[in-house]
Formats: sequence, structure tokens, C-alpha cells
Amino acid sequence: MADTHAETVLFVRDTMLPQQEPPLSTVGPVGWARTNLFSGWLNTIITIVALLFVINLIAHLLPWFISGTWNATSLNDCREMMAAVGNEQGGACWGVIRERWPQLMFGFYPAELYWRPVLVLVLLFVALAPILFADRTPTRMLGFTAVFPFLGAWLLWGGTIWNPITALLGFVVGYVVFSLVSKVVNAGVSLFVAVVASVIWWTTLAGYVVLGLSAIAPLAIASVQSREFGGFLLSITIGVTAIMFSLPIGILLALGRRSHLPLVKALCVGFIEFIRGVPLITLLFVASTLLNIFLPPGTNFDIILRVMIMTTLFASAYMAEVVRGGLAALGKGQYEGADSLGLDYWQAQRLIIMPQALKISIPGIVSTFIGVFKDTTLVSIISMFDPLGLANAIRADASWNGIYWELFIFIGAIFFIFCFSMSRYSMYLERKLQTGHR
Amino acid sequence: MTTLTDPPAESFKLSMLVYDTRYRSITFQILALVAVLLLFGWLTMNTAQNLNDLGKEPSFSFLGESAGYDINQRLIDYSSQSTHLRAAFVGLLNTLLVAAMGCATATVIGVIVGVLRLSGNWLVARLMTVYVEMFRNVPVLMWIVLCMAILIEAMPPPSAFRGDDPDATMKLFDSVAITNRGVYIPEPLFSRSLGDFHVGAAFDVSINLIAILIVLGASIFVARGIARRADAKQEATGLRPRTWHTRLAVIVLPTVVLLAILGFHLGYPELKGFNFAGGTYMRNSLIALWLALSLYTAAFIAEIVRAGILAISSGQTEAAAALGLRNNRIMSLVVLPQAMRVIIPPLISQYLNLTKNSSLAIAVGYMDITGTLMGITLNQTGRELETVLLGMLVYLAISLIISGVMNWYNNRVKLVER
Amino acid sequence: MTDTAFDTTPAIDPAALKVSDEVAIEISNMNKWYGSFHVLRDIDLTVHRGERIVIAGPSGSGKSTMIRCINRLEEHQSGKIIVDGTELTSDLKNIDKIRSEVGMCFQHFNLFPHLTILENCTLAPIWVRKTPKKEAVETAMHFLEKVKIPDQANKYPGQLSGGQQQRVAIARSLCMKPRIMLFDEPTSALDPEMIKEVLDTMIELAQEGMTMICVTHEMGFARQVANRVIFMDQGQIVEQNEPEEFFNNPRSERTKLFLSQILGH
Ligand SMILES: Nc1ncnc2c1ncn2[C@@H]1O[C@H](COP(=O)(O)OP(=O)(O)OP(=O)(O)O)[C@@H](O)[C@H]1O
Ligand SMILES: [Mg+2]
Repeated sequence: MADTHAETVLFVRDTMLPQQEPPLSTVGPVGWARTNLFSGWLNTIITIVALLFVINLIAHLLPWFISGTWNATSLNDCREMMAAVGNEQGGACWGVIRERWPQLMFGFYPAELYWRPVLVLVLLFVALAPILFADRTPTRMLGFTAVFPFLGAWLLWGGTIWNPITALLGFVVGYVVFSLVSKVVNAGVSLFVAVVASVIWWTTLAGYVVLGLSAIAPLAIASVQSREFGGFLLSITIGVTAIMFSLPIGILLALGRRSHLPLVKALCVGFIEFIRGVPLITLLFVASTLLNIFLPPGTNFDIILRVMIMTTLFASAYMAEVVRGGLAALGKGQYEGADSLGLDYWQAQRLIIMPQALKISIPGIVSTFIGVFKDTTLVSIISMFDPLGLANAIRADASWNGIYWELFIFIGAIFFIFCFSMSRYSMYLERKLQTGHR
Repeated sequence: MTTLTDPPAESFKLSMLVYDTRYRSITFQILALVAVLLLFGWLTMNTAQNLNDLGKEPSFSFLGESAGYDINQRLIDYSSQSTHLRAAFVGLLNTLLVAAMGCATATVIGVIVGVLRLSGNWLVARLMTVYVEMFRNVPVLMWIVLCMAILIEAMPPPSAFRGDDPDATMKLFDSVAITNRGVYIPEPLFSRSLGDFHVGAAFDVSINLIAILIVLGASIFVARGIARRADAKQEATGLRPRTWHTRLAVIVLPTVVLLAILGFHLGYPELKGFNFAGGTYMRNSLIALWLALSLYTAAFIAEIVRAGILAISSGQTEAAAALGLRNNRIMSLVVLPQAMRVIIPPLISQYLNLTKNSSLAIAVGYMDITGTLMGITLNQTGRELETVLLGMLVYLAISLIISGVMNWYNNRVKLVER
Repeated sequence: MTDTAFDTTPAIDPAALKVSDEVAIEISNMNKWYGSFHVLRDIDLTVHRGERIVIAGPSGSGKSTMIRCINRLEEHQSGKIIVDGTELTSDLKNIDKIRSEVGMCFQHFNLFPHLTILENCTLAPIWVRKTPKKEAVETAMHFLEKVKIPDQANKYPGQLSGGQQQRVAIARSLCMKPRIMLFDEPTSALDPEMIKEVLDTMIELAQEGMTMICVTHEMGFARQVANRVIFMDQGQIVEQNEPEEFFNNPRSERTKLFLSQILGH
């Protein structure tokens, strides 16, 4: 049998077939629609239903959206205007946004000083640039990033320039102490000593230094009270602070949780699980009602600061878990590799472990950031005037009583823009860093 | 003279505390312990001093005092004469109620959206993406407040239901009334009720409910027996008898019979004067919170479900298809069992988030544990320390229970894996 | 890529391998596009029962796509595929029938990680063939013995080596008692020692008269087992011949180039 096949088996193609156009029904818009929208009767029905839904939605929303008026000064006013032009459906009363947007943005911040928060926002982006686009910005800009928190705080709250400078000096003190002490003992202990030194500077010496320097050179700008902060200015201030500090604290907590020292580990686990086990709002209650009870009698520090501390602690616990996930994903080999190079614990963490662990955890880190930023709205519950708090106030105002869509669309859209771009940025970063890893 | 084999005599030097690996870790831990103790000591001292200055001894006796405020949405009996403890308990039940309702709907919506996002239908997949991104990127508190605003502002007042030609009508065959004060749905009533069962003096439990639960439980047990028999038959003969209809009958029929015996009927809400009477009244605050939490959490669950299904490589589906399995079997035998392991842990942590987010109830006046214990009770008694601590403990307990369940599940599926 | 894995295998007697006149698979004029990319162009191929066909060709030439069309893991857009007298159309019944006649092994094994080896092997017989469990287990053990891993039956795929996993995958397909087996580069994800154990299993299968279509770069296997070698390039069959002729006397320029690259060094 096999032999008789010998002649028939041979086949050689002399000329290669050219690439042909696919059947019309499978390409182009028609083919696309057939495969993506109308493959099978069930799919066709679903498509039609979905299409009807979309059309219906647009048919209702679009006229409302564009036929609205920007001029009304109250809801009644707006309704009269609508009736006057014979708009039966009613249109959006964007007047509330026109009238209140400065408030939604800046709260009760003095109008003549709006340039300061705006400047801070611009500077924020400048400070972020070397972090966000590390490969396209000169490293020197990191210096500005380091100074930015102090500069930003000074511009926002105003007062004497010596405040941020002495605060900054605290870090210089810490750094000097660290470099001196680390010649004698290891990095962990030196860090501890340095932190103690800085804290001593801030809590005791700094006050006198500021007083002294202000007396010599009174360089100050108009100061703004915390209760004048509001709107997105408040959200962003709290959010950015919490985001900025939660990452380092979270890293330390994550390391503590993986530590071989049972006591350190227990403390970190306890802290993390406690914070993650309770809702943020209870922590904000602590900030608003209890923190003063825990501190020495007579201390009464700023409510924004208290909220920032609590939000930071909250975010740190979540960050710690994200970073821990990243650390867990690293193979044992990396630790052994680092050990075999003779690096000590902190060097190994800084040079080998953390860069990789953080890279793996980018999606988690960014979604924690997004979560923190969204959670800043909770301060409205402890009567601070973030955008939602202001929205409640505006809705309680007699002239705008009964308005909601316009306000919430505006506020929601701004939150959406911030959060959505953060999540897109993390995808971009993930894709960029993916090269060469795993 | 010392022999060479002797180790050099060790003399303890202070520096060994830091440099010797044997002492080093102990030194650090003691340092840390001292630091933490100092911190706590300092905080306690401050607290004692402050409370002393305010003339408030820390004490939980206020829990036994009469609360003196009303709670309008409750699952158990409560009046303003009841104690603060009972108020807190009513609040806790309300928290659990909205959390359970929210988890259930969020799961249903989330699974559907997650699966549809993967659908081959471009339009549907896009719509679902829009849904997910829209809800994920806007604070949940805003969704809650917005839902509440819509319910209050856009729904008709009860008076709109009056007259011969009313502006508003009841939905679903005149059984549900959606008004700006809340939603009225039919309530289950029993004309031959078995009465209530008193647990101590504190709680009444409906015997009807217990009876129904027992019968239902027994039926489900029997139905599972039938399923097991079907398994055995399949093992023996290869053919699996169709049992879903008998199983359905076994589950449904006894309960239906029991309901008939108890004289079950629905009490419909009816317009009496200016408001609705009868039926079960769900306050706007509950509905808004429930809706917003479900929709918000569903967006996250959808992503989890999608990721879980995507985590199963197409090779698995192809191999199953090449073996001749049909799509529904591929799903139930190959894809879902694997996807579940990826999905369930993050799903449970979403449940945890939803439960914690339910504390935002306070923004719309739903009386959960935050609203009662950490809200009105706190304001009335001025016991910030005790109420907030107690509230945190309650949430902590709920969280620990849920994460306990999660760890149990993780360990169980890990055992199966290897 | 090399013949080394074959040095130690006993030669098999081609005369023992019968090819009947009965047609197992008939592909005529088949075309397939991915979007506007013409992957398979005018494929004509008739496979008789008992044939062992090896398909070779450069990467991206459409080898996988072609054999995946045979059990409709991919859908062709024009032309005909008839397997065992059943034409592949969008009719689910035909697809089911063909899939239960045709077994397939993949490059990456695709075992179900959540099921034990035994459960992997009994899953389809139980749910598709409606075999009683006891019988299914017996069949599974039979084939697991055949691929020489009966003692691993209660382990999970993750605990097995690559070669063992691929042999389990073969056993899993065999449990459905297919009349035709498709292999898509079954050895290219394996280490050399493991390649041998898998190829030995496949040779045994060939000796039992299984109709096989095998995409592989194991030219030693092709020489020894195949009765026909098909060379594909740019989505078309460029040359086919008996193995000896194909390797010693390639006719087309493309084949020569391919062979010189693959055997040359
Ligand atoms: N799902 C798909 N969508 C679009 N193009 C595809 C798809 N699958 C395969 N292709 C393309 O079709 C062509 C043939 O692919 P195929 O996998 O059949 O090649 P192959 O001959 O098996 O190659 P290899 O030896 O690398 O496995 C390739 O160019 C590939 O890029
Ligand atoms: Mg291939």
C-alpha cells in the first residue's frame, strides 16, 4: 500500500499564491459589525437593546445638557428662564456652577489670594514631573521636589517664611545627625536617632528660632486660616499630603511586618490590621473629637493637620499591604543575592529589594492613591467644606434649594478626571517598566 | 596556658548589644517596646489628665441609660425609652442589614457586568467599561448623596398618588409605591401566625420565620441528597438523570404548603390620608445607601470577575473544547472552578470594604452603628472616648470575622491545589 | 530541531504501518483570514486512515492554524473540511461529533491544574461520552499505564515534569478513544530527555495504526514515523513528499532553504 502511494504523494507548488482579499462579509465596517455586533440572533437582540438604551439616554440628556442656562442666579430664576423660552423638558441650571465655582474650588480662601493655591498647583506639577517622567526630566529637579512641600505649605497658609525654613532645617538636622551617628552604629539605629533629633528640633527649638528670625527679618505673607480652606483645594491638600507620606510609612510598616523580630512584627501587624479593620470615618471622628484628649492639656492643633495625620495613617496601612504583596512576589533569590554581595539590611532594601518590589506594586500603589483621594470627601461628615460639604451647603441655601444634578455632575467630573488620569498613568508606567521584568 | 581548642573566654562588652547577632535583635526589640510603651504611657497620661480636667471618668454605664431618641428604621423593637446599648444594637443590625443587601446586589451586578465586559459584543463591552470607570473614579460618598438627592427631589410625594387622575402611580401591579419619603413594598403577613418567641426580655423572634427556615433547610438537605443520588447514578451508569425539576419541587413545595398553612398573604401599602399605610416601609436613606454602595462596589467586583476569568488561559478552554465539552460544561467544569480561586479572596475584601463604607450612612441619616452609637449617643452623653472606641471595636470584630472566613477559604483551596 | 533524540530509538518497520484507502480527513480549497490577513490559502489535503503526516514550515506559516481548523478551534471562511464523513459547519452537532473523534495535544499541554491526573483523564469520558465512572477510571488507568505514568494518577499537573505532563495530555486525549490525533508541536516546550519520552509514546501510537497529523520540528521523528511530510509556507502547502525524498531531494527552493536552516548546523 505504502509503495503505491509514492507517485501520488509528491506535490510541489511552482508559483506561490498571492495574498487574497477576504470575503467581503468578513472585513470592513460590515465585517466588523457582523463579528462584533450581530453574530448570532442573541447578540443581535442584545445589540439592539443596548443601542436603544444609548439612544434613549442621549435623547434625554443632551437637550437638557445644552439647553441649560448659565445666567440664572437661583433655581426659581432658572425655571422661569426655561419657561420663558418654552423649554418644557427643563434644562440644566448651570448658573449654580458659574456662581459658586470659585467656592467649589477654593472654599472660603480669600479671593485676592487665589493666585497662591493656583501657583501651588502649578508647582505641584513641576515637582511631580521628575517623579512621573523620570526619564525625560533632569535629575536636578528632584531638589525642587524636596523643597516643594515646605514651599507649598507656606504659600497656602502664608505667615512668616521662617516657618517652612526652620521646618526644612529639621530635616537638615536629622540628616547631619544621621551621617554623624551612622559612622558609629548601623543604619537602623542611626535613622532612629536622627528622627529623634529632628523631632526635638521641631518641638522645642524651632519655635524660638522662628521667633528670633522673624524679629530680625520679618519676611511674611498674609496668613490664611485653616477653616478658610475648602472645595477641591482642601481635598487636594489633604489627599496630596496623605499620598506623599503614606508611601514611606507604608514601606516601613511592610518591612516591619516581614521582620524577623517578633515584637516589631507584632506591632506592625497590630497597627495595620487595626487601621484596615475600621472605617476611615471612625478615624476622622478620632481626629475631630478624641485627638485633643490624647494630647497634653491645652494642645489644640489645626483640624486640617489632625485630619491629614489620620488620613496618612489610614493610607499607610493600606500601602503597607500593597508593598508587602510586592515583597512577597519577589523570589527568595533576590534576598540571598543581596546577602551574598555583603550588603547590610538597609542597603539591600534600598538598592535591590525595594526598587523591584515597588515596581511590581505600582498598580496597587496607584489604586491606593486614588482611594485616598476619593476618601478625602469623608471630611464633609466632620463638617469640613470639601466639595461635597460645599454641595450640601449650596443645596441648603434658599436660592439653590432643590438643585443636585448640575452640582454633582461638576464635582463628579473633576474627581473623575483626577482619578481616571491617575489610573491611566499607572497603566502607562506599568507598561513602560514591564520591560525586562518577569 | 590555654589550650588551642579552648574558645577565647568571652567577656561581655556593651557594644555586643548592637553588634553581636545574638543580642542585637533582643536589644532592638526592647528598644522598640520601650518606645511604644512610652508613647502609650504618654497618651494615657494625657487622656487621664484631660478627662480629669473635664470631670469625666471613663465609664460605660451610659450604655444602660435610656437613650431618649427615636430610630426610624429598625429591625427589632426599640423606643426612645430603650437603652443606649439597645440603640447601638439596633444600629449594628442596620449596618449588617445594609451590608448584606449591598453585598448581594453588588455581587449580582458585578458578576453580570464583569462577564459582559468580556463579551464579544463591542457595544455591550464598551457600555460596561463606561459603567465601571464612571463608578470607580468618583467617590462613593458622592454616589450616596446623589442617590439620596434623586430620591428626595425627583420622586413624587405621597400626595401625588391621590385623586382620580393622580400624577404618580404605584409600580409593579400596584404593589410598590416609590415616594420622596421612601419606598413602600408589600409586607409578608400570616393570618394563622404562630406568634413570637421571646428570647429573654430583650428580643422577639417570629416563630413563623423559624418554621419557614427549618422547612426550607430540610428541603435543601433533601434536594442535595437527590443531587448526590444523581452523582452516584452517573458514576455507575454514566448517564446523569435529570433532577433539577424534582429538586426544585422538593425545595419549593413544602415551603409553599407551610406558607399556606400559616395563612401567608401580602399586605399591600395603601394610601391613607396624606401618606401610605401598610406594607414594609424602606426609608430613602436605606435605599440610597443600598443603591449607591451596590453600584459602586459592583464596579470593583466586575473588575475582579473579569480579571479572574482572564486569568484562565485560553489554552484551558481550547483543551476542553478539543475534548468535546460544550461551552456550558467548559464553564462549569474547567473555567469557573479555577477562576473562583482567583476571584473569591479579592471579592471578600470588597465585601469588607462595602461593610466599612456603609458607615457613610451618617451622611444620609441612616441609623447604622455609626449614626447611633458614634452619632446621637455620642452627642447626647458626651462620651467621645467610650463611644468611638466601642464603635471601632465593633467594626474591627466584623472585619476580623470576614477576614477569618477569607483565610479559611484560602487555606481550603490551597490544599486542593497541591 | 535535531535528530539526536532519536539516536537510541529502535527503528520501526514501515511495512507494519498500514495505510488504508479509507479517507479520514478531506480538506478542499480551504481559506482562512485573520481580519484581512490571508493565513491559509487554498489548502487541499486528503488524509487516509492510518497515515502519519508531519507538517513542517517556518514560524508563522499557518501550521497551527491549519490543524486547529480540523477540530474547529478556528473557523475557516471558505472551502470544505470533512472529517470522517462529517462536514464541519457551524452546526453544533457536527462539531461535537468531530471533536469526539479527533484528539489534540498542545505545545503547552493545557492540563487542567485544578484536577488530578486521573480526573483530567476521566473528565471528558464522563461528561461527553457518558461513561460510568468506574469504566472511565479503568480506561484512564489503562492509558496512563501505556504512557508509563500510572503511579502519578492522583497527583496534580503542577507536580509533574513537562514530559510527564505532555504524556498525560496524550493519555487524556486517548481516553476519548479518538480515531485521529492532532499534535501541535508537542515537544517544543520540553527538555531533550523529555522530548524522547514523549516521542516514544507517539511512535507507539503510530505503530498501533492511529491516524496522526503532527506539527513538529523533530526531523528524526519525521524520517522514522511519517509516511508523508508536508511543507508549508505563507499559508499554503508548498511541497509534500515521502520523508526520504523530502529530506534528501527537496524540489522547491523554499523547502531547500528551510531544510538547510533547520538541519544545516
Ligand atoms: N488569533 C489571531 N489573530 C490574528 N492573527 C493570528 C492569530 N493567530 C495567529 N495569527 C497569525 O497567523 C499566522 C499563522 O499563525 P500560526 O500560529 O498558524 O503559525 P505557525 O505556523 O503555527 O507558527 P509557529 O511555528 O510559530 O507555531 C501568523 O502570522 C500569526 O501571526
Ligand atoms: Mg504554531
